[in-house]
Amino acid sequence: MELAGRWCDLDMLLTRQGNLVGPGFEPDPALREFLQEDCRILCVGAGGLGCELLKDLALSGFGNIDVIDMDTIDVSNLNRQFLFRMKDVGKPKAEVAAERVMARVAGVKVTPHFCRIEEKPIEFYSEFHVIILGLDSLEARRYMNQVACSFVEFDAAGSPDPSTIKPMVDGGTEGFKGHARVILPGFTPCFDCTLWLFPPQTKFPLCTLAETPRSAAHCIEYAHLIQWDRERSGEEFDADSDEHMKWVYEKALVRAKEYGIPGVTFQHTQGVVKNIIPAIASTNAIVAAACTLEALKIITMCSTGMNNYMMYVGTDGVYTHTAAYEKDPACQMCSPGVPFEVRPDMTLSQVIEALKADPQLGRQLNEPSISYGATNLYMRGVLEQATRDNLEKTIGELVGGDGSVIQVNDRKLLAPLRVKLRFPAESADANGMVH
Amino acid sequence: MIKLFSVKEKQKKEAASANGAKGVKQSAGELRLQKDMSELNLSKGTTINFPEGKDKLLIFDITLRPQEGIYKGGVFNFSFNISTSYPHDAPKVKCKTKVYHPNIDLEGNICLNILREDWKPVLSINSVIYGLEYLFLDPNPEDPLNKEAAAMLSNNARQFESSVQASIHRGAYIDGNYFPPCK
Repeated sequence: MELAGRWCDLDMLLTRQGNLVGPGFEPDPALREFLQEDCRILCVGAGGLGCELLKDLALSGFGNIDVIDMDTIDVSNLNRQFLFRMKDVGKPKAEVAAERVMARVAGVKVTPHFCRIEEKPIEFYSEFHVIILGLDSLEARRYMNQVACSFVEFDAAGSPDPSTIKPMVDGGTEGFKGHARVILPGFTPCFDCTLWLFPPQTKFPLCTLAETPRSAAHCIEYAHLIQWDRERSGEEFDADSDEHMKWVYEKALVRAKEYGIPGVTFQHTQGVVKNIIPAIASTNAIVAAACTLEALKIITMCSTGMNNYMMYVGTDGVYTHTAAYEKDPACQMCSPGVPFEVRPDMTLSQVIEALKADPQLGRQLNEPSISYGATNLYMRGVLEQATRDNLEKTIGELVGGDGSVIQVNDRKLLAPLRVKLRFPAESADANGMVH
Repeated sequence: MIKLFSVKEKQKKEAASANGAKGVKQSAGELRLQKDMSELNLSKGTTINFPEGKDKLLIFDITLRPQEGIYKGGVFNFSFNISTSYPHDAPKVKCKTKVYHPNIDLEGNICLNILREDWKPVLSINSVIYGLEYLFLDPNPEDPLNKEAAAMLSNNARQFESSVQASIHRGAYIDGNYFPPCK
């Protein structure tokens, strides 16, 4: 049932001019129509953050939401993943979440995708206007970042074409801490530009684990990393197997007794092995709200967007700070490929010589290696022999065609150089002009 | 900033054509490995092998042949397993050769700081290989993973050296474990 006045708050934002509106904003009732009818948003993850995001998006007027998640519901999710009930345990999160949101918010269409993000073709992601992330791993974030960055196109001067940008809003929480950030690939720093932001996981030296354990975590890691291989060699440890976890717990308990260390419990074992930090429902709610607001602003321009990273710390009161992180000009994911003109019938060897002879690029190159995607075309050093044969092949047969981006590695370069190969138009015109 | 509302039609059209000329999908970890590999400098006696071919860089084997020191004459194999989140995560390295060494246990676990607690993304495959080579030149009894080996090295370095050499060349039982020859 559509409640009368349900959208009056949204209309306040979308139908009035103001001092804080985003660039180019024009009040228009059609904005809400666009949001509800045409706009498509993808929510990646239907867990702690995902449930909050889906609820917030639906209540903020987004009418076509897709949600993707590979997980099924576990009983330990129920305290904070409020779209799920006891009877849902074992069912796919994406499907149950979609059903619940549609039952509660009239007019919203939520399409679930119960699969891994890697299983979807790139075309799937290209259909969305905005992608919003509620993920819990660095790896999945980097994958989505790669997807978003792969859409952006650059002009000859290296400026991104605004119409090719796939905006992405990323939320993340860990206990009482959280962040929200906006990524406009090509314009603002992408995930890989600021990878250094992520602290490495704490790891203990193996010899400490083996010889001088001082904490419960040391005993658990010893059982997990060393005893498992020794006593169950050949068997892959599976953190989701109860039997495996119990085995590690029992071994850790014996070791802890030996050294007089207290504190080894089954729960702590799970925490250490799976690197679990307790999830706090209110952190998820705060971060999801910030992310949803950014998605709304990107779509409607009803207010200036966040620039570009907000952190939240809830351990002592409420602390937030917004900072503008900077792009890494040499980022492998979002920096423009330097355009470089070649003829498809040039051999790879000739292309390498042409790169070295180029007045701009040549200065940075000494002994370049060339890769195209995952294919190593010509590598110096240990793979020289394996790739040497490609030197005499034509670039036309080695790469995908005009606009292919190759990576150039060289000792002189700090990071790989992306070069976008341009093939001149098939037939040069009468003046012999090549564009 | 962009106003999607006005560009949505253009975006639809371009999305269709934009995906034509892209290379094979690869992870950021693989991209970084390409750089590492193009700059790899192997010392004398060290070799590398890619069992899955030149385009699958995430899995490879390194063979060390120490040219001097206690382990001179031995041939030691290591398996490298690189995750797609490299270089955020350290390479996973195991010693495939059974060796009597204070910092390597009988399952092939290696106690090398840069493989665990001191790993940093600025380090590379080259740094790890140097680290391993160093471990064979200068085994460290202070941080033992095989504590019998560490104790023997501290208490009687000459006996340690002759035990290691015997195991490398002829195979030997040390502390009740058999170490097959590896030369």
